[in-house]
Amino acid sequence: MSRHLDIDVAIVGGGLVGSSAALALRNMGFDVALLDKGFCGAQASGVNYGGVRRQGRPREQLPLSQRAHAVWPRLKELIGIDGEFLRSGHLKLARSEADMASLEAYAAEVADQGLDLELIGHNGLRERFPWIDGSILGASLCAGDGHANPRLVSAGFASAARRAGVHVLENTPVAGITRNGEGFALEAGTGTTLTAAIVINSAGAWADRFAADFGEPVPLTRIYPSMIVTEPLPPVMTVNIGIEGGGIYARQVERGNCVVGGERALPLADPDFSRPRGDGALAIMNRTAEVFPALRHAQAIRFWSGTEAAMPDRNPVIGFSGTTPGLIHAFGFTGAGFQIAPGVGEVLAELVRDGRTSTPIEAFSISRFSRPATSRPDQHRTSHGSGADQPPEPHNRGAHS
Amino acid sequence: MPLLRRIARKDHAAIAFTLDGAPCEGRAGDTLLSAILSRTESLRRAEFSGEPRAGFCQMGACQDCWVMNEAGERLRACTTPLLAGMRIVTTRGRSA
Amino acid sequence: MSARPQPLVVGAGPAGIRAAAALVAAGLRPLVVDEAPACGGQIYRQRLVQDGRSTKDLYGSEAGKAERLHAAFAALDGHIDYWPQALLWNLRDGTADIAVAGTSRRVAYDGLILATGATDRVLPVPGWTLPGVFTLGGSQVSLKAQGCAIGSRVVFAGSGPLLYLVAWQYMKAGVEVAAVLDAAPATAKLNLIRAVPLDAGIVLRGARFVAELRLRGVAIRTGVEGLRFEGEGRVSGVAWREGGRERRLACDGVGYGLALRSETQLADLAGCTFRFDDRDRAWLPTRDVAGRSSVAGVYLAGDGAGIAGADAAERAGERAALALLEDRGLAVDRARVVALETELARIGRLRDVLEAAFPFPAHWAGAIDDSITLCRCEGITAGAVREAAKHFDIGEINRLKAVSRVGMGRCQGRICAAASAEVLAAATGKPIDGVGRLRAQAPVKPIPLALQLAADRSEDAA
Repeated sequence: MSRHLDIDVAIVGGGLVGSSAALALRNMGFDVALLDKGFCGAQASGVNYGGVRRQGRPREQLPLSQRAHAVWPRLKELIGIDGEFLRSGHLKLARSEADMASLEAYAAEVADQGLDLELIGHNGLRERFPWIDGSILGASLCAGDGHANPRLVSAGFASAARRAGVHVLENTPVAGITRNGEGFALEAGTGTTLTAAIVINSAGAWADRFAADFGEPVPLTRIYPSMIVTEPLPPVMTVNIGIEGGGIYARQVERGNCVVGGERALPLADPDFSRPRGDGALAIMNRTAEVFPALRHAQAIRFWSGTEAAMPDRNPVIGFSGTTPGLIHAFGFTGAGFQIAPGVGEVLAELVRDGRTSTPIEAFSISRFSRPATSRPDQHRTSHGSGADQPPEPHNRGAHS
Repeated sequence: MPLLRRIARKDHAAIAFTLDGAPCEGRAGDTLLSAILSRTESLRRAEFSGEPRAGFCQMGACQDCWVMNEAGERLRACTTPLLAGMRIVTTRGRSA
Repeated sequence: MSARPQPLVVGAGPAGIRAAAALVAAGLRPLVVDEAPACGGQIYRQRLVQDGRSTKDLYGSEAGKAERLHAAFAALDGHIDYWPQALLWNLRDGTADIAVAGTSRRVAYDGLILATGATDRVLPVPGWTLPGVFTLGGSQVSLKAQGCAIGSRVVFAGSGPLLYLVAWQYMKAGVEVAAVLDAAPATAKLNLIRAVPLDAGIVLRGARFVAELRLRGVAIRTGVEGLRFEGEGRVSGVAWREGGRERRLACDGVGYGLALRSETQLADLAGCTFRFDDRDRAWLPTRDVAGRSSVAGVYLAGDGAGIAGADAAERAGERAALALLEDRGLAVDRARVVALETELARIGRLRDVLEAAFPFPAHWAGAIDDSITLCRCEGITAGAVREAAKHFDIGEINRLKAVSRVGMGRCQGRICAAASAEVLAAATGKPIDGVGRLRAQAPVKPIPLALQLAADRSEDAA
């Protein structure tokens, strides 16, 4: 079936970033097409852990993260569903004095960013969170953080975009994008062609190909987080949990299932798909039983993984292309894109409309990969993320097994 | 009235266990499902509807007959042989 | 024997037993993993203890086959490694994760024969989650293996050969059978005439079941529509429509099923390619006549690879084992191969006829009321599924699962996947093979968080 669309903005990649940008642009009055090689929200955006967390992010991400923070409670009005968003709080655990010192240092470093972090000692932890194992020394609480259901939120933005009038083209892989006079020509799927003034590359783990096509190779690697979920259980976990230095991250949904991530999965023969390793899943399960003794007899009923794009400095790529006018990149969220994605969507829409954004995104420019590396004193911070925010290498094996 | 009716093994050795704290009795050769449903009408309550459930497939596929022991360990009633002294806990009395 | 890992046979029913026996006959020592405490599968399932009933009482006309199979497996003692009550919960890259005796073992295998069997296929009807409603297979297991009837006055409803067999077995055991409610019109059974040249015995047996049920006054109703089970807290009756009239019967037990569906989760985890099978109305792993899957070294046999019954399973199990041997460059008896394939082809033709005689009432899916629970694990109604499909504009089963939770519970869609696909197809106007296949995920059945990895790895199994 041949089809041609002449539009303002073509968005390549229907994840949460692409679909929230599509919705924001459509609401500004732009004619928008959202293309996905499969189903919108079926990759990392839909299968991630579901942490809605600012705590632990590197300082340079916090303005964007704060912007997204304001979007989450408005999901119902924006996309028609609340996405099971719960402002439960995010509690980051310290297993050692060194980990606690690290949490304290982070709290001091971002004190001016409005996260309202609360450091909790051992006694306070025992009193307020008695379901956490007594071996945990202390924690840092970000009461305004929480968690949500990524399967619903990502699909929700895409379907809201569709209802708003975005051309949502699923199962439509983009075969090629060429600069064409003032804009771009796209060949997609079976016989679909598009012309667009602006192209947004939000293709996640597949975004590097499009960047390279425009002379901007990026050191993107793929990571495969490993998740498990338990049977529905009586309420136990009142907050979203992370652990300083990695290990596991865990949350309990309102229906009672506990979702726990950790370790790394492995790609299948088709590297676009991945699945947890059996021993990796067992390691997550065993650690869950250790950190949360009340869950020790619970059953795991399902494992899954997803394919995410990771950048070596653990910051995403967001902003205009350095080579091609009208091209905007937004990818490489390194396992921590879920919370900030709705904010990124707004920022991308502003970039299209105004050519600039009120939110500082200079640190995420793609040009940082095309010039000599500069030293970044706070770079180690990014490894402190919990949630899906693990560094690409499974650094914590051995510490627990 | 119990859900199941014994046709065979009526005279097999009695096996004592407890069901939600109350003494109960099965027969040698019982699964937990048979032992419990030969005495009662259900095994558990569905988590979300609160409806009573009593298993369905009896061959370990439907996962609708899970009960626990007092330690909290999960036991799939249709594939778990009854043993003397088991202390079985169910969610039969629990509302949704 | 070389240092190659041993072949792994999953399932100790008719297919798995014959597969293991053929491997042993060729000098290999397979590991046989089975969930049950004793061999036999579901059809030839054994009791936990003897109970005064004979094998004839338990297996009827198939008693001889049951005894021979159990004996064949007993004869393998010492020549195989056998892990009963073991759950193979994950497969990846030539390694199986198996929960057995309280720990999880990682087993490397060289050659995998999946003989995972089948369970009942159902479509939700009002009251299908009531205590006292069991699957037809579950009703049979209860009687056969446990000597327990699912009630004192029992109705059997649905479709498939098992419908009449189980009703007859209950009647023979002295249980009052209130009615047999067949979803298929009476004329469908005329197809059985075509089965006579393929297997006269099976047709005669079926005719005898019906005649004996009628003789004992059991009502046999055909063309049943609008089936529903009624009761408060447990089933107390069944109602249906027949020729436009409402009918109702009191009962305290129901056996319900619409033929069988294959257990394909492990084939999926093993990476096998699937195709939609029109006869089974299900996605099945592809295989050649010998049982070779699309993945080298992975073989499929028995009802787990497509419904064909126990006789076919025995032959397919042996054939798959011979394929494994051939692929290892070992000599096999060509005449035996030809004989097995000829028999399998004949049974395949018989299956075509049986499917026409016991058709699946696919049209029931569109009629499932919005209030009816579709996914009994997650408590998701048909209405919620239809609403989710509409709200998110979804026409694919895995996407539907993602947004509605249908098939996401403890059973991983074993019970609701077929029905969900039918409901989605009916709601979107797509053909049943156009809504996709629910992908399997490990663990294929629930496992405890505290399950520990055994320290010994797989060396002992090599």
